[in-house]
Amino acid sequence: MRHLLAIDDLSRDDLEEILDLTSSMVEVSGRSIPKVPALRGRTVVSLFYEDSTRTRLSFDSAAKRLSADTMSFAVSSSSISKGESIRDTVETIEAMGMDAIVVRHGYSGVPAQIARWTQASVVNAGDGWHQHPTQALLDSYTIRDHLGDLEGRRIAIVGDVVHSRVARSNIEAFNRLGASVVLVAPPTLLPSALSSWPVEVTEDFDSVIPELDVCYLLRIQRERASEALVPSLREYTARFGLTAARARRLHSKALIMHPGPMNRGVEIAGDVAEQDNAVVAEQVANGVAVRMAVLFLLLGPGRAGAASQSVFEPVGIEEI
Amino acid sequence: MSEPVQLPLRPGGDEDVDLVLRGGTVIDSSGERRADVVIRGRDVVAVGEDLSGNDVIDVSGCIVAPGLVDLHTHLRQPGKEEAETIESGSRAAALGGYTAVLAMPNTTPAIDCAAVVREVLELGRSACCDVHTSGAITVDRAGDRLAPLAEMAALGVKLFTDDGAGVQDDLLMRRAMEYGRGLGVTLAQHCEVASLSAGTCMHEGEWSARLGLPGQPAEAEELMVMRDIALGRLTGARLHFLHMSTAGSVALIAAARASGMDLTAEAAPHHFTLTDACCADYDATFKVHPPLRGEADVAAISRALADNTISAIATDHAPHCPEDKELPFEQAPPGMLGLEYALALAITQLVDGPASMSLADVLARLSWQPAAIARMERHGRPVAPGSPANLCVIDPHHTWTIDDSGGASRSRNVPYVGREVRGRVRHTVCEGVVTVRNGEAQQ
Repeated sequence: MRHLLAIDDLSRDDLEEILDLTSSMVEVSGRSIPKVPALRGRTVVSLFYEDSTRTRLSFDSAAKRLSADTMSFAVSSSSISKGESIRDTVETIEAMGMDAIVVRHGYSGVPAQIARWTQASVVNAGDGWHQHPTQALLDSYTIRDHLGDLEGRRIAIVGDVVHSRVARSNIEAFNRLGASVVLVAPPTLLPSALSSWPVEVTEDFDSVIPELDVCYLLRIQRERASEALVPSLREYTARFGLTAARARRLHSKALIMHPGPMNRGVEIAGDVAEQDNAVVAEQVANGVAVRMAVLFLLLGPGRAGAASQSVFEPVGIEEI
Repeated sequence: MSEPVQLPLRPGGDEDVDLVLRGGTVIDSSGERRADVVIRGRDVVAVGEDLSGNDVIDVSGCIVAPGLVDLHTHLRQPGKEEAETIESGSRAAALGGYTAVLAMPNTTPAIDCAAVVREVLELGRSACCDVHTSGAITVDRAGDRLAPLAEMAALGVKLFTDDGAGVQDDLLMRRAMEYGRGLGVTLAQHCEVASLSAGTCMHEGEWSARLGLPGQPAEAEELMVMRDIALGRLTGARLHFLHMSTAGSVALIAAARASGMDLTAEAAPHHFTLTDACCADYDATFKVHPPLRGEADVAAISRALADNTISAIATDHAPHCPEDKELPFEQAPPGMLGLEYALALAITQLVDGPASMSLADVLARLSWQPAAIARMERHGRPVAPGSPANLCVIDPHHTWTIDDSGGASRSRNVPYVGREVRGRVRHTVCEGVVTVRNGEAQQ
């Protein structure tokens, strides 16, 4: 694995390898000193064209727990705000000898473009409506952690699919790991051409609730109502919100998930978000471990076709 | 109102030299025959067997045809000279076999008044091919107020368009058609309903869904085709539809023509060659308006060219600097180069492809039919004594691989890199002047 740009690039074996390694990283993260020298001497730079404190911090702590040096290219205070092109910025970073570039951009495809311009490994930390692969990995890990396995699991992804990079990556990941995915949304919040997607589609949230192992809620942005994609947030909540009444009809072991930040009272009722089976905080915690696994695979001794043994029992992960 | 101005013709060929194209096969609107062609000054003076002169070019095995005519060329001057100039764009045109191009008005400033028309035509006089210009329908192509069509028509502008955008306002378009009909000019539309296409960067379909890019449906084009056909019926204006890209548009044009309406349409090489799958790597070289469509649309455009529903191939040659094409896909400007590739793509896709067109039919779409649409009287004429010497010589057997150099263009946004194509321009003669000789531009 040279870059992590999209879940599409990963096979089921690749996904399971990352999730298995994530377990080791969770163990590392639980130690009294949660830091190993695996990536000592490596440098990871984050290049966030779109604000995301959560994801940036998560990648930053993942890199630091592996002893990588980390840097952040602050978009607002740098040459970028003076009109420097993405390519020139990347070539500047390249000239400084960075090993990995973690990219977040509001437009789809920018990480793929950057990967053409650099020798460094590129990690997509979210691009436009396209992909957010580490989110899909941490979500898959969280489900696996609770349910043992995704094979044969029934997962609903509810809400604004068309504008969601989380949906696009999770559909791919869940499907590859053997789950059956149903999208719950009005046609205005779905891509118009879906026939090649490995999903079922329904507008009837209530009908699928009892059969779910996982109920995954997407964030709905408030401006969608003004774009005539939904008549109002009130109507959205009535049809597609996980209200307390709907939550009661979920199987008791079904997981409630959300990529955050949540709009309480819109896509998820405030009380429902506090239920034991709502694992939103765990998703965040697992995010650090998943990103450690990804960075380790890209930059650590396990990269570039090394024997898989070194991945499952990672060389360099030891107490310091 | 300015007086009608007769701009002088560009310089012609040498009156003292008989230039002979010897040993070729002439193909023009009157048919196909083996013949030598003698050129003196700016005219063809003899066509026949075993002719001689003092400058003889051996064109055996080649086709001698009327020079190609491009109805849709973005020359970028004035305003964006780092991407293209009239000089560089016309050189690319000559290398592609063109003897005339029609400049699009989306320059900076827009070609929306006599002063800018005059500037473009004057720069065009020393170019490598005849440079005609369209004029904008509305002031600054903003879609608010009618531009001074008559003062531009007086300078020879025969086709008006806001290309780059469609005229959105129904009433304004009606007025433009009525006023334009009175002037005897053609109204040409870039068909795209802005409210359906705002913020989009590619065709809406499986690929846009997967790539997470906002797509525009085929209907964004087809609704405006439909509206303009209706307004054309109302006003009686002469209409031309630019860069048709969908099967639905083809059906609308075919039905309107069958009902007897006076309208024409063009298609661009990329719309009969490339599909939206090309956008898979987010390379904005493949971003264009109207966008690359699906395979069924590509097939429909090819068939429409074959059955003459679409009677012209127009390049929509749209140079952009590399740094602009390296922006995020959604931000990058739309457009791709075409002048040096159109002929070879047409032969490769339309003659050798499933449409199975004859070479003569392809040349009709590239030369004399577009010349008639733009009413360029000196172009597309049969190769006969007394005709203007606007000719190209094509080696139909030459296969070559398109590279990323961009040719003579100042830009390099070539979407066909690595594609093997058939047919290459060997020589081009514009008003008796050899502008391309043995594949080399002479100026």
